[in-house]
Amino acid sequence: MSEIGPELLQHMYESAATIRRFEQRAIEQYRIGNIRGYLHPYLGQEAIAVGSIAALEDDDYIVSTHRGHGHAIAKGHDPRQMMAELFGRETGYCHGRGGSMHVASRSVRNLGANGVVAGGLGIATGAALAIKQRGGSELVVAFCSDGSSANGMWHESLNLAAIWDLPVIFVLENNQYAVSTPIRDSARVEHLSSRAAGYGMPGLTVDGNDAAIVYGAMQEPIRRARAGEGPSLVECMTYRHGGHHVNDPGLYLPADELARWKARDPLIVLRDRLTRAGVDESAIAVIDARVEQLLEEAVEFATASPEPSVEELLAEVTAG
Amino acid sequence: MAKMKYREALRAALQEEMERDERVFVVGEGIGERGGSYKVTEGLLAQFGSSRVIDTPLSEAGFVGLGVGAAIAGQRPVVEMLFIDFLMLAMDQVVNQAAKYRFMSGGEGRVPLVIRTQGGAGNSLAGQHSQSLEALFYHVPGLKVVMPSTPHDAKGLLKAAIRDDDPVIFIEHKLLYMTDGEVADEPFVIPLGQAEIKRPGSDVTLVTWSHMVLKCLQAAEQLATEGISTEVIDLRTLVPMDVDTVLDSVRRTGHLVIAQEAVKRGGVGSDVAAMVAERAFESLRAPIVRVAGMNTVIPFNLALEKAMVPQVADIVAGVRSALGRSAEVTGVTVS
Repeated sequence: MSEIGPELLQHMYESAATIRRFEQRAIEQYRIGNIRGYLHPYLGQEAIAVGSIAALEDDDYIVSTHRGHGHAIAKGHDPRQMMAELFGRETGYCHGRGGSMHVASRSVRNLGANGVVAGGLGIATGAALAIKQRGGSELVVAFCSDGSSANGMWHESLNLAAIWDLPVIFVLENNQYAVSTPIRDSARVEHLSSRAAGYGMPGLTVDGNDAAIVYGAMQEPIRRARAGEGPSLVECMTYRHGGHHVNDPGLYLPADELARWKARDPLIVLRDRLTRAGVDESAIAVIDARVEQLLEEAVEFATASPEPSVEELLAEVTAG
Repeated sequence: MAKMKYREALRAALQEEMERDERVFVVGEGIGERGGSYKVTEGLLAQFGSSRVIDTPLSEAGFVGLGVGAAIAGQRPVVEMLFIDFLMLAMDQVVNQAAKYRFMSGGEGRVPLVIRTQGGAGNSLAGQHSQSLEALFYHVPGLKVVMPSTPHDAKGLLKAAIRDDDPVIFIEHKLLYMTDGEVADEPFVIPLGQAEIKRPGSDVTLVTWSHMVLKCLQAAEQLATEGISTEVIDLRTLVPMDVDTVLDSVRRTGHLVIAQEAVKRGGVGSDVAAMVAERAFESLRAPIVRVAGMNTVIPFNLALEKAMVPQVADIVAGVRSALGRSAEVTGVTVS
């Protein structure tokens, strides 16, 4: 594992805390009616986005999922414009056309969240092919889930990436539930990463609640991708801190199981690491305060932002 | 002008665009060494190499999705889908991904993707290799739909499709690949959204597209011997549609017949009829007639296949019926 110093740990902690508070504030705004539609919180999975993206360069791409706020924030999206998009406002990343499930931005090379499970994996392999054709050194991280691994698009995309040595890393967030279906009911293998062997690519399973471990696990896949040696599958074990979306109470999640995973909350794990690295409580408090302020600004910005105009609804589609 | 086959015209368009723009590449099943099932991409591998002429495994959703992603990331992919019937395997990628991306990203993302595919009956290929499914794509906002009928149009429209910044479903017809036609020598592009009057006439407007254009021209020839002057309009692109050319013609002729190979129910022809009824009703001197495929599965048996798809005689009967010249209407015309 490459060296993880206090600076990087603080960066990852701040990113994870921003995601945590973004989700909590978004849920609060949802409850009072400022956000509509579907909202899939990333609560409990923060370490995966933070650890994997911290290992990337700015010009690397990501492809995200329906549970995508964490990926976006970790990749550098501004929480203000993110919140505005969730509010459906003109100032949001997609001018209110996309909402929670479709946040994308060229500026941070996020090729987009996706409303269809496994639907974005082709976008990932395609972007990786584009990089290869241009002779670039960037790579693509394709976030996917245990649920997506049951979909044909997952199979086709991993296979295409493998046969063409595409610079893409499939980061599989195994939160163990596809909506309400537990992974034990949809796969016969102990580790989904073992399927990598079937495509001729390396696969590994790691603790997805520890950002430092995720960061470390990305190093060899990144080296491979940049060296033109092809894709890898990194399965990160994690757990949702609630239901599939904001209106799903998640009653199917066994209480003891949930409690066990909450005891290993990614933020607790990161705080422990910060403490062990010699970062004192006051430095952490400074970060927390900064995050709090940023999210307060995000909610204020979204609330004050204008609605998109109906007159411009037909822009961006083919008329006739 | 040079005489060229439809498939050669398509190849010339690909070749010229690949020479002009290194972001253009082709990807599909058996399109490299084999040159594609209809030999459209023959020779491209030798000229452009395997990074721009890419053979894929049988992963339709996977490689259409790959095309979407490469387009978003700045390349200009031309995906070849062997049969439009197989494009059904990739509908999420076409309908939910490619068609939506520009809109849902608030206009920041663009998907300059062309999906070249082919459809149509006529070779006894039965129900999963012969369909005319353009209405599925016509229905979805965010897609453009092109269906050329001649080598000249095929070349000019494919070049325009490749240069377009939006996803284009470019539908060829399996009976057209071996047809000949004059193609201009000098470089040209035919803008999307322009219909062409393939034969001027004054008594009736006959709107059609793709292979059915050839049958309509034969029907018009036959009708001329009866003293009926038929104006044949080839829509060429269904989205965007050149409705003005249709309306202008109907205002002159007062009669409208629409001929499509696709099944009648929910077809593009129905939409053309609706648009004319909405916008030029006062010009119509008789009810609109749709000549279309029967609402059934395309049969294997040759005689049944011919009966299922409109033939020249059906179009002739449809025009006569629109003009009130004959009460004789075939089963294909009314269903």
